[in-house]
Amino acid sequence: MSAREDILSRVRRLQPAAVEMPALPVFDAPAPTFAAFAAALERMGGKVAPPLAAGTDAEAALRTLFPQAGVVCSASPEIAGTRALAAIRRPAELEDVDVGVVRAAFGVAETGSVLLTEAELQVEALAFLPQHLLVLLDPARIVATLHDAYRDAAFASARYTLLLTGPSATADIEGVLIHGAQGVRSLTVLPLAAPQAP
Amino acid sequence: MSRVDHAEASSEFIASSDHLEFHDRRLWDLRRKRDRATAAVPEWETLRDLASAIKEHTLTHLADYLEQFERAARANGAVVHWARDAAEHNQIVHRILAERGATTLVKSKSILTDECEMRQHLEARGIAVIETDLGERIQQLDDEPPSHIVVPAVHKLRADVAAVFARTLGTDPDNHDPHYLAEEQRRTTRPSFLNADAGMTGANFAVAETGAIVVCTNEGNADLSVHLPRLHIASVGIEKIVPRTGHLGVFVRMLSRSALGSPITQMTSHFRAPRPGAEMHIVLVDNGRSERLGMADFWTSLKCIRCGACMNTCPVYRRSGGLSYGATYSGPIGVIIDPTYDLRKYSALPFASTLNGSCSAVCPVKIDIHQQIYTWRRVVAERNALPFAKKQAMKMAGRLMASPALFRAAVEAAGAGVEYLPRVMLYNRFNAWGKQREVPAAPGLTFRQWWLKNRGGKGGEGQSG
Repeated sequence: MSAREDILSRVRRLQPAAVEMPALPVFDAPAPTFAAFAAALERMGGKVAPPLAAGTDAEAALRTLFPQAGVVCSASPEIAGTRALAAIRRPAELEDVDVGVVRAAFGVAETGSVLLTEAELQVEALAFLPQHLLVLLDPARIVATLHDAYRDAAFASARYTLLLTGPSATADIEGVLIHGAQGVRSLTVLPLAAPQAP
Repeated sequence: MSRVDHAEASSEFIASSDHLEFHDRRLWDLRRKRDRATAAVPEWETLRDLASAIKEHTLTHLADYLEQFERAARANGAVVHWARDAAEHNQIVHRILAERGATTLVKSKSILTDECEMRQHLEARGIAVIETDLGERIQQLDDEPPSHIVVPAVHKLRADVAAVFARTLGTDPDNHDPHYLAEEQRRTTRPSFLNADAGMTGANFAVAETGAIVVCTNEGNADLSVHLPRLHIASVGIEKIVPRTGHLGVFVRMLSRSALGSPITQMTSHFRAPRPGAEMHIVLVDNGRSERLGMADFWTSLKCIRCGACMNTCPVYRRSGGLSYGATYSGPIGVIIDPTYDLRKYSALPFASTLNGSCSAVCPVKIDIHQQIYTWRRVVAERNALPFAKKQAMKMAGRLMASPALFRAAVEAAGAGVEYLPRVMLYNRFNAWGKQREVPAAPGLTFRQWWLKNRGGKGGEGQSG
């Protein structure tokens, strides 16, 4: 018998009497606001940039937030960047990127998470290899809880779906919290309305 | 296999009071963070009921859900493998790597691969395996297994880590700053990510309806392990299945709140299909799980989502250290899982508990851990696997408890004993209770004496003794 049949037949023989599937209730939650999202994100070590001042653009915000940035790689048309993602052949080529830029599909007020898939990232490693990550987020696109987030179609259709909540972090040495473990050292969300679909 | 002597093994850990005090404090701090995080969720208890019921439903229909998961994963372009046991798992992983000429493997934390002792198997066959979670890396470099399923090096102090890194990575032995040490790990691990032939993860959840596996991490190392190499291998225990994406809302809301007190891990990554030009392999591993499913008293231990909350709250775990359990799974959850692998080897573990029930109270999927610990004690006694000293002590206790007169005399004598005996009689190497703690002063009256004095003769209450 193959391992597959062996395991399945043993499981079928030994699994206990059927327990019914519970229904998932809808929980009450405060109305999803960008302010609630921002507060949750800051608790997870993320930063929130002020909204763009009148007459300025995302490029100006990037220069203010990261004045030292050399290599900038952007997956969002609002930021040109210094290196085109389309030219990347191997994800490892992103290793010297100072700032990665991506627009999130939406944010989760409960946790401060943003949802990213390969559609937003273009190269998945963009969320991890750069030193810093700038996330553009439409402040109107916030859901209240993780239950709401999991209703998104991406979980069934995207190859890769990431709920990213602040920068990479570790507390593995004496519980000392350190941001910038293996992934990005900082994560900043810039509230910026999504361009209208043509 | 020789029997693990938990009490003896823990004495080594207890010998260093700095380590013991820090370990106790750090884990209790995690427990308090967990309390604050769960108190902030009004529906927490409802979530626990749901999580428990979803898991019980899934486990009682597991064969169907495993088949559904396999179909979905294959349709996504992943390759699904089945492993009856650890040896088969290790052979499969090695074969996948060898067939592609892969010689370097970066991996994120997977307790299942520890359970299978996969690293040793691969290293013996010329594969370089690099653990990339900081705690797990520290343990790998120190040639020691993880002591905690969430925080693998929690039993080490910063000076210990500095010594390990100085010896193995050539860092400054006098610099104990955790920021410096973490930065050195980042610096030395990055080339491995960039150049590895293959990446490996475990899975916190596997979703039957979509074929996706879910990996919850904070460091970003799992995603780097998957997105840089062209080959991703995921080892998944068969009990990790949840039926639908919607169920993840319940479990993801609970996992990190229970583990660390944060509402979610920094990364919650859902891997459904390989990117173009890359391969994704999923190894479904049984290794004793199907057998456990058939154990009427213990099958619900398969609900475990490996948050570690029961470990953080356990007074015995906090004061003995994970390594003293001599098993991949330590703490209360280890106590009820380990004997299913080898009853004789782990027969002492069910006694590494005060049965205070705190583990069950914090368990997000409502496993009756302390009840199962107690049941294991009965199994151990019935199978005659008790150590000699414990058997004699139990016999004596049984005789005392069976006779009210003997019991009362013993309690009164013990009270007097604590008061009048010289210290050397109480705090010597034969009395484990006298180590690291003062025996409390006995109250002036026993409960029975107090009862007879204050309540005696009132309406016949309390006359049964």
